[in-house]
Amino acid sequence: MIDLRGVHKSFGPNQVLRGVDLHVPKGQSMVIIGGSGTGKSVLLKCVLGLVTPDAGTITVDGTDVTRSDRDAFLARFGMLFQGAALFDSLPVWQNVAFRLLRGSLKRPKGQARAIAIDKLQRVGLGPEVADRFPAELSGGMQKRVGLARAIATDPEIIFFDEPTTGLDPIMAGVINDLIREIVVDMGATTMTITHDMTSVRSIADQVAMLHGGQIRWVGAKDAVFDSADPYVTQFVNGLADGPIETLR
Amino acid sequence: MIGFLASVGATTLALLAGLGRLMIFAASSLAAIVRPPFYGREVALALLNVGYLTLPVVGLTAVFTGAALALQIYAGGARFNAEAVVPQIVAIGMVRELGPVLVGLMIAARVTSSVAAEVATMKVTEQIDALVTLSTDPLRYLVAPRVLAGLVSGPVLVAVADALGIFGGFLVGTQALDFNPTTYLRNTVDFLTLPDVTSSLVKGVAFGGIATLMGCYFGLNAGRGAQGVGAATKSSVVAAAVLILAANFALTAVFFTA
Repeated sequence: MIDLRGVHKSFGPNQVLRGVDLHVPKGQSMVIIGGSGTGKSVLLKCVLGLVTPDAGTITVDGTDVTRSDRDAFLARFGMLFQGAALFDSLPVWQNVAFRLLRGSLKRPKGQARAIAIDKLQRVGLGPEVADRFPAELSGGMQKRVGLARAIATDPEIIFFDEPTTGLDPIMAGVINDLIREIVVDMGATTMTITHDMTSVRSIADQVAMLHGGQIRWVGAKDAVFDSADPYVTQFVNGLADGPIETLR
Repeated sequence: MIGFLASVGATTLALLAGLGRLMIFAASSLAAIVRPPFYGREVALALLNVGYLTLPVVGLTAVFTGAALALQIYAGGARFNAEAVVPQIVAIGMVRELGPVLVGLMIAARVTSSVAAEVATMKVTEQIDALVTLSTDPLRYLVAPRVLAGLVSGPVLVAVADALGIFGGFLVGTQALDFNPTTYLRNTVDFLTLPDVTSSLVKGVAFGGIATLMGCYFGLNAGRGAQGVGAATKSSVVAAAVLILAANFALTAVFFTA
């Protein structure tokens, strides 16, 4: 479904992606792991067209993402950002129903609100949250609202950028379970970025490790924990000693 | 020597590239105002923020400036027995120059800074990226409504500033300098010409547009973190103020040097 071939991206002298090749099959949950600053978020942004790769091709269902109709292309996606990226000036329900209130997917306001409240309930938030503003919510609640927004239009493809970062272990577990539930129920194709191995266990069908600007390892979820690759072993087990350089 | 020339060349190229980016941004923003989709709610909110909420600061600034101008002209005019020109000079000074420039600088201080900070915060918290993934063009959703509000509110604010500035001069003139109210008003109205008022309003359009464009441009190009937001806000206000003063000179030259 999603194919990346030889994707390169530099920011000035900093070569972030150095030829990424990755295939994400339809209906699969691909989790991308890797250290901080290895370009995981940049990779997702390249697929979405938020960042333009310097070289390489990215296709979704065989169509080059740079040549597709942007509106139709983006309508297939949902994205949960690391900090939720909710719009401060809008109440929660309008954040969730943002796409349903404007553009090609526009619905009557009442219908959009009903869908938003339904999606909020889907992520464990009651209708009383709908009229609050993002600043009035806790971090965990903001993540849930971001999740509700990502699934508001039942997209085929959902990206999750560090879904559990900054959350306590219990809330992280709740978010992981929600993501897995949504992925299974909706049959969506997903890409998740994380360095939380609990999330990997909960969410992944397949795991890819990004290191040195390239995909270092890719395989099934269970295999990642038994991998003989020293980079994967060091990362998965959180070891200070190993081939991945650490600053101390 | 070669190193010096290279650095001059590099600086010039960077300056021209920046200017080019700014010009392209301005053209795209103005085009976005007239191309659908239109976001009525955003335009209304921007008009409220840029226009209505700026009225008090503009009004107070204009009244005090007009009043001070009357005192200065009276004191200066007394040196060569020209005290009687206070109404005419206050009127021409406020309408041609001080009204538009004060409004421009007040919009730069109040609106440009808030727009830049707001948009820059949206940038660093990935809200701009979120807008794009939600199939919404930030140029149309964020920039066009604010720039439109600047273009519409600018001349209205200038008209208010002109009137209140003249009123400030009128108050001082009639209450402290013994001018006859009827004569003061007649002299003011008789002296002003249509080009005076037209140039004032045109400057209002230009300054409103510059102030909001700068806020949006620097906000969308903000660097990372709180430092990026601070730098964007500072740069936007400086750029807006300098461009407003430069545009004021250019427009004055166009209107009054024939």
